[in-house]
Amino acid sequence: MHLVESLFSKDIKKAATRDGYGEAVMELGEADPNVMVLSGDLTESTRTLKFSKKFPERYVEAGVAEQNMAGMAAGLAFEGKIPFVSSFAVFSPGRNWDQIRVSICYSKANVKIAGSHTGLITGGDGATHQALEDIAMTRCLPNMVVLAPCDSIETKKATIAAAKHQGPVYIRFARDKTPVFTTPETPFEIGKALVLRNGEDASIIACGTMVYPALQASEELSKEGFSVRVVNNPSIKPIDVDTIVACARDTGAIVTAEEHQIYGGLGGAVAEVLTTNRPVPQEIVGVMDTFGESGEPKELLQKYGLTVEHIVSAVKKAIERKAEGFGVRKAV
Amino acid sequence: MAISDLEVLELEAIANTLRQDIIRMLVSVGSGHAGGPLGMAEVFAALYFHVMKHDPKNPFWDERDRLILSNGHICAVRYAAMARSGYFPVEELLTYRKINSRLQGHPHNLSLPGLENTGGPLGQGLSQAVGRCIAGRLDGKKYRVFCGMSDGEHNEGQTWEALMFAGNRKLRNLTTLMDRNNIQIDGHTEDIFPLEPLKEKYDAIKWHVIEIDGHNVRQIIEACDEAKAIYEKPTAIICHTIPGKGVDYMENNYEWHGKAPTKEQGDIALEQLKAEGERIQKEIGGLSKA
Ligand SMILES: Cc1ncc(C[n+]2csc(CCOP(=O)(O)OP(=O)(O)O)c2C)c(N)n1
Ligand SMILES: [Mg+2]
Repeated sequence: MHLVESLFSKDIKKAATRDGYGEAVMELGEADPNVMVLSGDLTESTRTLKFSKKFPERYVEAGVAEQNMAGMAAGLAFEGKIPFVSSFAVFSPGRNWDQIRVSICYSKANVKIAGSHTGLITGGDGATHQALEDIAMTRCLPNMVVLAPCDSIETKKATIAAAKHQGPVYIRFARDKTPVFTTPETPFEIGKALVLRNGEDASIIACGTMVYPALQASEELSKEGFSVRVVNNPSIKPIDVDTIVACARDTGAIVTAEEHQIYGGLGGAVAEVLTTNRPVPQEIVGVMDTFGESGEPKELLQKYGLTVEHIVSAVKKAIERKAEGFGVRKAV
Repeated sequence: MAISDLEVLELEAIANTLRQDIIRMLVSVGSGHAGGPLGMAEVFAALYFHVMKHDPKNPFWDERDRLILSNGHICAVRYAAMARSGYFPVEELLTYRKINSRLQGHPHNLSLPGLENTGGPLGQGLSQAVGRCIAGRLDGKKYRVFCGMSDGEHNEGQTWEALMFAGNRKLRNLTTLMDRNNIQIDGHTEDIFPLEPLKEKYDAIKWHVIEIDGHNVRQIIEACDEAKAIYEKPTAIICHTIPGKGVDYMENNYEWHGKAPTKEQGDIALEQLKAEGERIQKEIGGLSKA
């Protein structure tokens, strides 16, 4: 549903989600003279170089000074600007979390934080540069909207939606090229999850770069006779309670998948919805409470348990737990 | 400690070897940082082969001098200096940035013995160095604390918090070596986030400042000696360097901050560096004969 035609083709088009961000700020810059970009000495890496050339007066080179950058953005926002704060997620919202908490969220400043280089697929730069905690540290903040789009097209839509939304927004995206499998027509709305593939035995709720592997996992599982729903959940906050509860009701078993720590991310957000609404067995696919390391994106995803096979076995485990009666985990 | 002309040349030869190592490491993995590491080769050669008190076979030796690297992205030069001084086999350099390696893209203290700190996020190193100094004082230890820093990270507030703290506390066992190469990622420092007048800023917050040519081994060593002799202040050695030093197409070009040469570009770089290495060897030969 709503996806490119040859979804599982070996040569599916690939692009970095950060490219979608770069395209969106260009369009926004054309459309709205209040849109501004701030960069923390990472203009090319965050794909805002084009914006800086086209709208030099609305581009602020903040230097390697993320705390000041976030504070300046709040000041700009209070004068009616729509600032997009661009850096690596480990530095923003990493380095400047207090400024984001107080000057932006508590104060309801209309600031957009764009965090690139999230996830293990940041690659060779290693653990210091791989943001795996950014969802946790942003979704706990009152007034904050948290978006984790799944491909470059959705990142563009999320960025444009962020500009339209009045209030603080955090958008996370990544460095490496990943499959482009949604289309310009695929719906996107803050607060909404989207069922990409129907199924009855279990539901995989994924965000960001794990949505495509989730679809592949569902395809694999269908060959083994399982019918597995796949939900793209780009809006981590506000979260789509109705869609998640419907998954629990219809399929009785949930797997979440994200390129983030298993604590505090999408898995936690979904678990919060389930326990307070309709508890069912849930398996969480993510980085298991450890830091990453240097390596090729593919090698890292394999080593840290974020592949199609890992999702497949998590789904089987969730289905097994459902069959055994809810909530009881077999002793290992 | 006076240093002879021959010793200077030998350290220059080591710096040249480190540069070749850096190129091989970057080419092998296809990513990494070129500009900063190449520019700091003389400084790291001088530190590891002359200035610092350390024992490669005993990296946790209690009395060793501590080297905190704050601008962790230049770690390729530190790894090369560590390998060449005997911390680990030179072949291991080619695992840099690859999976399961001890040589992380940004240095991790727990990955490799001899690294004092984890670095990469800029601006964090000097605070740690200050902590080491305070502890050393408290325990009556004799070690010196060196902190490698970059000009770009002088944008960060934390750098200045630590600088002011150290000046106020008169941390005389602290010596920083700043890579003043005038570049950061988006361009030249004075276009992106001007730092000048830098010496005056340091003066104002009670540091002793020495400005040197960061490619001049004798100046590096003399500055470190002077820092040791200064009793009432921490010392900042501002090392004026050329980013990408030794490879003509990289020199002073900020675009080589965080890029690896291709195989072909690497071969050209190695050719240039080897020619320079031969020149140094010839000079050494001349001196030994005289
Ligand atoms: C807190 C933080 N923000 C941003 C970055 C990304 N970054 C890595 S190196 C660098 C440039 C800094 O300039 P400098 O350290 O002088 O680099 P060099 O001279 O070695 O090219 C930046 C912005 C970072 N590592 N840490
Ligand atoms: Mg620099």
